[in-house]
Amino acid sequence: MTIPNSIAITPELVASHGLKPDEYQRILDLIGREPTFTELGIFSAMWNEHCSYKSSKKWLRTLPTKGPRVIQGPGENAGVVDIDDGDCVVFKMESHNHPSYIEPYQGAATGVGGILRDVFTMGARPIAAMNALRFGAPDHPKTKHLVSGVVAGVGGYGNSFGVPTVGGEVEFDPRYNGNILVNAFAAGLARTDAIFYSKAEGVGLPVVYLGAKTGRDGVGGATMASAEFDESIEEKRPTVQVGDPFTEKCLLEACLELMATGAVIAIQDMGAAGLTCSAVEMGAKGDLGIELDLNKVPVREDRMSAYEMMLSESQERMLMVLKPEKEEEAEAIFVKWGLDFAIVGKTTDDLRFRILHEGEEVANLPIKELGDQAPEYDRPWIQSNGRAPLPASQVPAPADYNAALLKLVGSPNQSSRRWVWEQYDTLIQGNSLQRPGGDAGVVRIDTHPSKALAFSSDVTPRYVEADPYEGGKQAVAECWRNLVATGAEPLAATDNLNFGNPEKPEIMGQLVGAIKGIGEACTALDFPIVSGNVSLYNETNGVAILPTPTIAGVGLLPDWQKMARIGSAREGDKLIMIGADGSHLGSSVYLRDILDTIDGPPPAVDLAAERRHGDFVRSIIRNGQVTACHDISSGGLVLALAEMAMASGKGSKVSLSEQRGPAHALLFGEDQARYVIAVPADLANFVQANAESAGVPFRPLGTVSGDRLAIDGLIDVPVAELVKAHEGWFPTYMD
Amino acid sequence: MKSAVVQLPGLNRDRDMIAALTKISGKAPVTVWQTETEFPDDIDLIVIPGGFSYGDYLRCGAIAARMPIMQAIKEKADKGVKVLGVCNGFQILVEAGMLPGALMRNASLKFVCKEVKLEVVNAETDFTRAYEKGQIIRCPVAHHDGNYFADAETLASMEGNGQIVFRYAEGTNPNGSLNDIAGVMNSRGNVLGMMPHPENLIEAAHGGSDGRGLFASALDVVAAAA
Repeated sequence: MTIPNSIAITPELVASHGLKPDEYQRILDLIGREPTFTELGIFSAMWNEHCSYKSSKKWLRTLPTKGPRVIQGPGENAGVVDIDDGDCVVFKMESHNHPSYIEPYQGAATGVGGILRDVFTMGARPIAAMNALRFGAPDHPKTKHLVSGVVAGVGGYGNSFGVPTVGGEVEFDPRYNGNILVNAFAAGLARTDAIFYSKAEGVGLPVVYLGAKTGRDGVGGATMASAEFDESIEEKRPTVQVGDPFTEKCLLEACLELMATGAVIAIQDMGAAGLTCSAVEMGAKGDLGIELDLNKVPVREDRMSAYEMMLSESQERMLMVLKPEKEEEAEAIFVKWGLDFAIVGKTTDDLRFRILHEGEEVANLPIKELGDQAPEYDRPWIQSNGRAPLPASQVPAPADYNAALLKLVGSPNQSSRRWVWEQYDTLIQGNSLQRPGGDAGVVRIDTHPSKALAFSSDVTPRYVEADPYEGGKQAVAECWRNLVATGAEPLAATDNLNFGNPEKPEIMGQLVGAIKGIGEACTALDFPIVSGNVSLYNETNGVAILPTPTIAGVGLLPDWQKMARIGSAREGDKLIMIGADGSHLGSSVYLRDILDTIDGPPPAVDLAAERRHGDFVRSIIRNGQVTACHDISSGGLVLALAEMAMASGKGSKVSLSEQRGPAHALLFGEDQARYVIAVPADLANFVQANAESAGVPFRPLGTVSGDRLAIDGLIDVPVAELVKAHEGWFPTYMD
Repeated sequence: MKSAVVQLPGLNRDRDMIAALTKISGKAPVTVWQTETEFPDDIDLIVIPGGFSYGDYLRCGAIAARMPIMQAIKEKADKGVKVLGVCNGFQILVEAGMLPGALMRNASLKFVCKEVKLEVVNAETDFTRAYEKGQIIRCPVAHHDGNYFADAETLASMEGNGQIVFRYAEGTNPNGSLNDIAGVMNSRGNVLGMMPHPENLIEAAHGGSDGRGLFASALDVVAAAA
């Protein structure tokens, strides 16, 4: 079955590698001859959209990536941010969309495995994970199978590896019927003086292969992930990798142990495009050539060809450049953990990427050009026209507010995700201070007496679809706000941009618009992007997903004892809204889920107000004046109040008398930069005075009391009934 | 009191367990690697923590139960040293034949991580002295295979001998265990296996300290709240 390296390179073969005729011409110009079969595979692995960012690079460069706390921005395995005391947090989010649709359990599992590896490759011990999952309509025949497989895969890998999953998102929309999204986030903790990078240094040094053996799984995965889906999707199953979290856990411990010995000069995990991408990256970054002898690569299958070995995406593998004098010590550590350790090549000074197999040179390519001179496109794009304004006066009010609220809290998208996160280990490591279900996950730093980190992942795809620019801004603002709602100072973010086919100008327009919005919001909120990933071609038979630029952010709490939670309000506390009265119903959940229509622009994000309101909320949380806090987002004020009531099990009596506008807009409006806080009754006036002097809008809402949520004459429903509706949907749907 | 934590590849709650033992006794436990064949002479408590030893491949705990270190654990247990197995540690003790019964896949067929209620069924053990008989405590679980099974005869004799130490209470049985069994001990009373994770509920940061009593009993220290 092995295809010889000397096989003729036909236009069909080039096309099946996802390379366009002009890209192939570029290869011919670059190397001055026809590539071998292995070389063609290497080019296809390096130049596909997934690895080269060829459509997005021009726009990604515009994002703010620097800040006083940023130690490492995009371009490494993960971003690194200073969190004081010599500690740093290392984090990134990455998609595993295509494989998860083809094989949900393994696709999702290896997505988690890949992102964990990115984090510990840099010398950090993973301390938290999140997953942003998007599925098709609940009644689509494939959805249930995909939900069950993806959730089991995420849990199967993360639980076994031993990292707590502390947050994430699960959403349903028919636009994901043919392409689900699995965006996996991981964060780890390292010391600022012990961060490891992929840049190789020194000529003639051993290139060492570590971890699991190489098999035939995942061959061509990165190329598959850079194409649209059609009816032939079932044939793509062999391109999905198979995960082994046990080996990854051993690899983590072995790598950290090895790093502590000072033996590691450079390290790169083998993710997309496996051995090819990791070796090229290490060499190209260090201005060095790399020579690999594939006969030395540990394999788990016989008679693998050079092509297969170079393109395999077998998991749990690492490539390192080691100090030669430490080789023995390094090998002993890997033997202890039962992992493969093999010297497979060396660094050279000729800037060539040379592959030997069975005594034959099967590839010899210029290493810098493989990485740096990948094609880069300035693809045509058209700006979205946006939608006409939709004043609340043109939107009908619900006939029955109680029924509308109960329907929302029990709807596929607003109901409790407990069914999902109870399948994830949210407690392991013993540091989880806030688990899924609140505004953000919070994990304490157990080497420090009081420090903690907050994590949140957010995007509202229906907003991005309606207006990519405002939607991009909103994704950042909501993530920032969720971190603030715990009392954390948002530090930095990672972006996972999921879009359709960028060769279509309207899709490219979504990508460009969203990046512009993200960039503007990140700049205004001092919330730089330090790592990220782009997933394009999320289309099936020409239908694209909703544009989904997921933003995952990290915030710092200097003292977790002064942290706010969604459900910690006490009887008698005053409820207060920070921010303007609700007015905006365009692109709202109310419109979609109650009125069954999609109309109007998303709410505009006033970034100055966002910052002012957020800074105020954080300051009063840190002053110990807030007993509970929750941001207002999808579903508006009424959903925020209901979520707080369900989390605390306490009712409240609320009046809208201090607010102006139609009641349904006050309750369901999705205006931005808003929070609900609970404060002790005797502090309410004091907090109000402080809000006034800070120029922050302040609306007394009412009092925490009893076991019913009552809002004027409009809503009066027992909290227990809300909980029943909220907790009921997911298990009823799945079981 | 001197304690030891067994470390096997794939176990992942060893760090949680080491932290709990250190915080409660004021003294860090020694760690013992899979290939070692003996424990320090003066060891009083051996703990096998939770996780996925050897990936839980074949069957949870089956490979671990056949590692060299297990012989050393058996020898110590035979001499009366206390042995605690939590989660995967419980599965390993069962696979090694040191505790009766078996742990099957959860009735839901899904991994479950949540807080449950436990009834302290037997408070006259070396592991539960700090609790009262019938006391209901909070405790988290996190497992895929915690569905306890034993044949009727074994079960009846265990119930009669006071070998059932913890039961899931107030309808919180998360896995379908027979008789709501959450933790059992050997007939001698020095080997305890339990699925729930008391080490994850020992201080304010965990939202409670109901798990402290177990370690305080086993380590013979006063169970003061953190």
